[in-house]
Amino acid sequence: MRRVLVVEDSASTRALVRAIVEDEAFAAVTGGERFEVVEASGGFDAMRLLPRATYTLIITDINMADINGLELISFIRKSERHKDTPLVIISTQSTERDVERGLALGANAFVAKPFTAEALRSAIVAQLAHDGR
Amino acid sequence: MTEGSGSGGRGDASVEKAREDFLSEAQELVDGLSRDLLLLDQQVRRGDADPELVNDLFRAIHTLKGLAGLFGASRMAAVSHELEELLDDLRLGRVELGVKVVDLLFRGVELYGLLLLSEKGEAPEPTRVVEDFLFALGDLTHRGAAGSAGQVAQYEIDSSVLGVLTEYEEHRLRTNMKAGVSLYRIHVRLALTTIDTALDDIKAAARPHGEIITYLPSGDGSDPDRIELDILVASHSDLESLRAAFRGLDVAVEAIKRRGGPAAAAQTTSSSSSTPAAAASATAPPQPLSIPQKPPSDDLEDSLESPWPAPATPSQAVPPAVSSSNVPAGMAGAPAPAGSGLTLPPVFPPVVAADAGPRDPDLSLRSVSQTVRVDIRKLDNLMNIVGELAMVRAALGRITERVRAAPQLREFGGDLHRLQRAFERHLTQMQNGILEVRMVPLGQVFEKLARVVRQISREHDKIVNLVITGAETEIDKLIVEELSDPLMHMIRNAIDHGIESREERTLVGKPPAGTVALNAFQKGNHVLIEVEDDGSGMSTELLIDTAVKRGLLKRAEAEELTTREVYNLVFLPGFTTRDTATDLSGRGVGMDVVKTNIAKLGGVVDITSEVGIGTKITITLPITLAIISVLGVEVHGRSFAVPLASVEEAITFDETLVRNFDGREALTQRGATLPICRLARLFGLEGLAGVADGGKAHARNKPCVVIASVGNRRLGFVVDRLVGQQDVVIKALGKSLKSVRGFAGATELGDQRVGLVLDVAALMDEFMASDKERMAEALVR
Repeated sequence: MRRVLVVEDSASTRALVRAIVEDEAFAAVTGGERFEVVEASGGFDAMRLLPRATYTLIITDINMADINGLELISFIRKSERHKDTPLVIISTQSTERDVERGLALGANAFVAKPFTAEALRSAIVAQLAHDGR
Repeated sequence: MTEGSGSGGRGDASVEKAREDFLSEAQELVDGLSRDLLLLDQQVRRGDADPELVNDLFRAIHTLKGLAGLFGASRMAAVSHELEELLDDLRLGRVELGVKVVDLLFRGVELYGLLLLSEKGEAPEPTRVVEDFLFALGDLTHRGAAGSAGQVAQYEIDSSVLGVLTEYEEHRLRTNMKAGVSLYRIHVRLALTTIDTALDDIKAAARPHGEIITYLPSGDGSDPDRIELDILVASHSDLESLRAAFRGLDVAVEAIKRRGGPAAAAQTTSSSSSTPAAAASATAPPQPLSIPQKPPSDDLEDSLESPWPAPATPSQAVPPAVSSSNVPAGMAGAPAPAGSGLTLPPVFPPVVAADAGPRDPDLSLRSVSQTVRVDIRKLDNLMNIVGELAMVRAALGRITERVRAAPQLREFGGDLHRLQRAFERHLTQMQNGILEVRMVPLGQVFEKLARVVRQISREHDKIVNLVITGAETEIDKLIVEELSDPLMHMIRNAIDHGIESREERTLVGKPPAGTVALNAFQKGNHVLIEVEDDGSGMSTELLIDTAVKRGLLKRAEAEELTTREVYNLVFLPGFTTRDTATDLSGRGVGMDVVKTNIAKLGGVVDITSEVGIGTKITITLPITLAIISVLGVEVHGRSFAVPLASVEEAITFDETLVRNFDGREALTQRGATLPICRLARLFGLEGLAGVADGGKAHARNKPCVVIASVGNRRLGFVVDRLVGQQDVVIKALGKSLKSVRGFAGATELGDQRVGLVLDVAALMDEFMASDKERMAEALVR
């Protein structure tokens, strides 16, 4: 089972990502093991969840209250456990400068909101393949 | 929804659920927007707009935009996009925040309401409104001089910190620096079990002193039970005051020094008691205005000296800085040479672990949130099941009685009885528990009305204050949903017709601002909501004239009405005192619909008024619709149930005491006249063959009068006998019977008989109607 952490402050967006990622057909296409999406409602929630499990992939928004996505990415890249975990940013394109920062801080890819299921899946596939997972 | 999951079955269902979540989340966001905007409106009028509030509005609309895009609500996405740009301009200081802008934002909130209705399929797409709104937005001149790059004092902030600030956070930082405030770093270690409350405490402590710029995770994340943070705060207060604000909380507060230049040098050697901010702003050399050609943050990065010691490597030997007298004695060490830029001692006072519960590894992946969103239909379902259980319990009760009566089973009967009592107790607890879950505070609907008040007062150019008491009073969620329209209508009336214009009010010696008061409180099994205004009140003459003019009343009948009945004329269909339709409330379709809707909820409306003083409308509602206590009665062998909430008392019926007043029968009871209604006659049961039980029903007859009261009205229902009190689950009547007035539903009474539950208020209406034919016809309709 492959765990995917989604950090996003909108509950329905999280639910949508879950629906897109946990799809059975998608799991088959990416090598078989099913995905389990773990939801974090923001930076604090993510910091709580990160030490407790090993994630195959992390998907995060940038513009979040309190601990923003950039701070989270920086934190993740400094941690022993997840410093090499594939990390995908989901964000609206208007925050260009923030997305650049995110990539500079170590995120691997960026999917613009609003995203289609296909776009998110392609990004995930690319990251997992790259990583040999 | 954009291209779907495409794998059918389970996938589609969860996408569908996500869409439902979207609509519900969007609604919550819009409600939050409305509340925040009302607050901002007040602040703008006072001149102390809170930048955090503007940012909250930005974030909410940003989220709405994202959601709308994901779920294919393109019009909503387009509107959100424009609003987001406006709010971004506002929070970055590119557009000035004034009343005109706030008005526009309010229009935006209204528009969201329409868009959501359209998404749910309950209303057509508001194409025209969207166009007009976008046009108005475009009109607003913006895109002025960018940003607030200006006098920027430099602080010793590590580039790694700057690198993780979002564009907005950076803007706030620069704005604060420009204002010459001090920067502080607050280090905390928070236990995960209590993080929510701890954060709230910290935010509350920091709020009066300044602005929290950002939260930076520190530590190495290896401790799964704790989160370490550095919180950047910009504040005018000095270090001591700030530390004092956090006393009692486990935090370490340190000031971030300014770097270089004469200001810093003066600071390191002086022992003045002035705050670092004052010293710096007094002597800091003005920095050249940098034109933002390159990314703005480069300005800040350029000014950096030595890096801020990374907290993750506490082994660095860094002598503590003693640069101002504000550093408390305990922290003093060897004074650092001027300009070395070393700031903070890496070792902080140990944070006492505020560990609450035991470590539970299974708690690991669950959400921090303590609430659950529940579909009200699931609650209805649970209530139905509890209702069924109540029936089972009642049946068990009867069997238990029979067992106990048998002498050889006495002991067995005793055990059974005890068990049955326990069952009843727990069932009642569960029933109460579920009812509690369905209850929501009225404040929910009152808040929405605050916006309506503002809007309508603007429309009519009147100043109106809305005073709310009892917002915490709780009532069934389903009832709350149905209340906003009637209440909104009443408030429109109050402001439109009731409250006079400023000039008129001043003329009669009233304060220029009118007051509309919303009061809610619980009275026994009912909740009362009052809508009161201090306007011109209603004159009985005008009401009678209007009713006669509209053919709703004959002049002769008018003579006989009590004052109360005159006021209640407004509830007649087609009644209005305005000659032209000034707005929706002037078209005469309002109050009767309001009354009907309230009646559907099992409630009643009453009006009282005083000319020149004001008007008060009182709505009486049952607390919950699901389970009610009833008094079972028999009429001609048929069972009926009267809701106990409406029953004042029951007395024996003495035929000889009946008097005749103007064709109506009545009794004198406790010195007052009580009209009576023979249910057998009203329901047309007289003369019909009784239920085929060999005349047993008739033999049991002990005629009684059930005195019912609703609001201020009283009526005595004559029945053949009383059966007893019980709690029942009220079930709705089927479609074919729904239009029959006078019945609130049906239920299963004792011994498996089905009885109709009386709608007392409706029966009173029907019975009191002067036209008997209309009454009989209405019952059949």
